[in-house]
Amino acid sequence: MKEHIIIRTVSRMLIPFIQLFSLYVIAHGDISPGGGFQGGVILASSIILYVIAFGMEEGEKRVSEKMRAVLNSTGLFIYAGIGVLCLVAGGAYLEYGTLPLGTPQHASHLGIYGIEIGVGITVSSIMMTIFFETARHEDDEDD
Amino acid sequence: MIDLLLLLILVIFAIAAVSMKDLLNTTIILGAYSMIMAIVWTRLNAVDVAFTEASVGAGITTMLMLAALSRTRRKEDEQEPGVEGKRPERFNIRNLLLYIVVVVTFGMLIYGTIDMPDFGDPNAPVHTHVADRYIKKSYKETGELNFVSAILANYRGYDTLGETTVIFTAGVSVVLLLKKKKR
Repeated sequence: MKEHIIIRTVSRMLIPFIQLFSLYVIAHGDISPGGGFQGGVILASSIILYVIAFGMEEGEKRVSEKMRAVLNSTGLFIYAGIGVLCLVAGGAYLEYGTLPLGTPQHASHLGIYGIEIGVGITVSSIMMTIFFETARHEDDEDD
Repeated sequence: MIDLLLLLILVIFAIAAVSMKDLLNTTIILGAYSMIMAIVWTRLNAVDVAFTEASVGAGITTMLMLAALSRTRRKEDEQEPGVEGKRPERFNIRNLLLYIVVVVTFGMLIYGTIDMPDFGDPNAPVHTHVADRYIKKSYKETGELNFVSAILANYRGYDTLGETTVIFTAGVSVVLLLKKKKR
């Protein structure tokens, strides 16, 4: 699809807004519909739109394989890590209220923020990984 | 009225998706199906579910299906047994068994809906168990205004951790299965 100038121009204009919207969805999961999962999926779809418009090689330049491999586990690590921090702070696993961040209500709010970000990172990166690995590469041999 | 119309469109899309011979058409119709489904969820005031349906069902699933489609053939095989020469028998014993299973399952599903409480019934079991506490206390206990997020991240935090782990496992499995070997 590299030769379609309309698709390339439109996606170049749309992608920043899609990514901004995905960050908005992750950040406002506490007061409006959405959250880490939905925001992560939207972030991944913006990268997939980029790959469809500009080709697999350009996409690999933006989100390299190594970066995806790191991000895949970073999000889950953040989630589980916040759980362990709660244990260290003296509460139960994932009992955010015990984190030493002000009142229990505030600490719980921040803890939920943290895990939403973790979920967002893992979901977006995994969705990108599945797309990159599933879609046919141009240098694949025909079989 | 509009709810019935939307549900009717859903049925039409489902039948169209099954009867299409071209897999690309089926994928796109399923995307449209999810979009209509998202509107239905919004009509039921389940905005979070609608959001997920729109982004996952209509967005990313369609893209992943297209990616999978790029590795296979779009059209159905022409050389189906029975297409050439004589027509396939419609009512052999195997088909009859399939019809019986489908009809019995359909009947059981309909029978199951008879016991369900009416939509919005305040005495339905889902509204009498823990929902009250979530609505009244979730802000005080978790600091979240959107109590869907509060349930997902706090009251059901282990479930969400498991869900994220499942997604992680799926991604790692895809990498292990489909990764091109370095030459």
